[in-house]
Amino acid sequence: MPLHRNDRHVRALTRRAVLKTFGVAGMALAGSPAWADQSVRLLFASGPQQRPITPDFPQKGPMILQRTRPPLLETPMEVFDRSVFTPNDQFYVRWHWAVIPTSVDVDAFRLAVRGHVNQVLSLSIGDLLKMPRVELAAVNQCSGNSRGFFSPRVPGAQWAHGAMGNARWTGVRLKDVLDRAGIKSGAIQVRFSGLDEPVVPEAPDFRKSLDLDHARDGEVMIAFAMNGEQMPLLNGFPLRLIVPGWYSTYWVKMLSDIEVLDRSDDNYWMATAYTIPDTPHANVTPGQTGVKMIPISRMVPRSFFTNVTEGASLPAGGSAAIRGIAFGGDTGVAKVELSMDTGRTWQLATLADDFGKYSFRRWQVNIPQLMKGVNSLLVRCTNLSGEVQPSMPNWNNSGFMLNAVETAHITAI
Amino acid sequence: MRHSIIALGTAFAALLTPAAAQVQPAPAIKSTNVELPPGDALFPGGSSADAINNNCLACHSADMVLNQPALSRSAWDSEVHKMIKAYRAPIDEGDVPAIVDYLASTKGTK
Ligand code: HEC
Repeated sequence: MPLHRNDRHVRALTRRAVLKTFGVAGMALAGSPAWADQSVRLLFASGPQQRPITPDFPQKGPMILQRTRPPLLETPMEVFDRSVFTPNDQFYVRWHWAVIPTSVDVDAFRLAVRGHVNQVLSLSIGDLLKMPRVELAAVNQCSGNSRGFFSPRVPGAQWAHGAMGNARWTGVRLKDVLDRAGIKSGAIQVRFSGLDEPVVPEAPDFRKSLDLDHARDGEVMIAFAMNGEQMPLLNGFPLRLIVPGWYSTYWVKMLSDIEVLDRSDDNYWMATAYTIPDTPHANVTPGQTGVKMIPISRMVPRSFFTNVTEGASLPAGGSAAIRGIAFGGDTGVAKVELSMDTGRTWQLATLADDFGKYSFRRWQVNIPQLMKGVNSLLVRCTNLSGEVQPSMPNWNNSGFMLNAVETAHITAI
Repeated sequence: MRHSIIALGTAFAALLTPAAAQVQPAPAIKSTNVELPPGDALFPGGSSADAINNNCLACHSADMVLNQPALSRSAWDSEVHKMIKAYRAPIDEGDVPAIVDYLASTKGTK
């Protein structure tokens, strides 16, 4: 993927994206502001809604700037309309601490495997490239994706829906690496840490842990490539942990240290941060206290419109192809449905190619004749476990796991 | 499909790489050197922003805070104390009122 580094390109791309979004002459994005060239309006219930579109980050095309240091970069929604796999140069970026190495020497880099093991390892990239290689398509989604849509609003990164992406990950099984070190009996969890460091030495370094059985399930992998190429540095170059079906908080970037533990990890990023209420949909009432909290884990089903945006205008009387993406969370997509009567009746969407149960799945519905006026389109996904997106938005203090049915109000004129 | 992870070189490889039933060549992994934007913009507001500029820019850029929704004074007070307790922000307790004042007046709920 080429780098998109100049403003003209961004402008051209934005305009092209808008046209492509509607695909029919005469359609326009309602309320599309003059500054749409350089920024985007995220339709949160309250401000600030405006974010710059930045081409300024290395190995990245135009991205929604949520935070400069350490970078939080969101994928613009129209990117998901172009292909089922999210291009590396527009894949979202999320770091916690600002001490991020800006240069990685592949020959000098080593991955340590230590702790409750028979044989401590120090693996080079070359060592990993010699091991049996696996490839998997999987969605990576931030726990707080869509946090900006929480009502009432909660502090944290104010993402719209673009803190997610889908890629083909290539690497080695974590199980094979752990077996090479030899797990000692009594091991309980495996802890992962990357090259990034806190700004203040006493502050908690970012570390995440998985139960040993999960770490050894043969699906969790250590990736060295994303969509067939090495990863952009900001997506975790040179190695990233891939935890299919689980939120991105576990997908440790710049993975450099694997520590087998003979106890449960109680570090800040496991025990305090990234915990959710142990309730259905991690849902609580604002102000509710005394709820048991547990570490966030599996993802839940979601679906999105990618070729129509909230407030879009389409020609009345004509047909319209409405399309988008869906994913099942920790299992595949069983069905995607669209409703045009606020959820009373639902019609099945056509599903495109299946790239495995952890991947995005594209969907489409053809509406033969769009009625004049405001049409409310609702989309929902049901996964292979029968779990369906709730119609009422879930809520919690941290802004995690939003997966309510999405609505787009389209005006046919 | 029992396993959606695909060992290259087995029949399952077909799912993602229809052409290749054999092991693919290793992707080239090359040393990388990048530059990140500094993110050193200050909070606006002149001297009313002195306390927040002195205490809140070490770990993250100002846009993290400026992009937050309006929050109550007590919510801002807990955010500042979360920075001190959880993230070990080296902030003088004496500066806290001025920081909370700034946040409550520029990003407070009415
Ligand atoms: C010692 C480092 C440090 C300092 C200094 C610091 N913060 Fe933070 N702050 C963090 C970290 C770490 C996060 C979480 C980052 C993430 O999730 O990406 C954070 C997140 C935040 C958030 C997002 C909401 C949340 O709770 O995650 C706000 C708002 C915030 N900081 C405000 C402030 C303010 C105001 C100050 C000055 C009083 C400040 N910070 C100083 C480390 C710091």
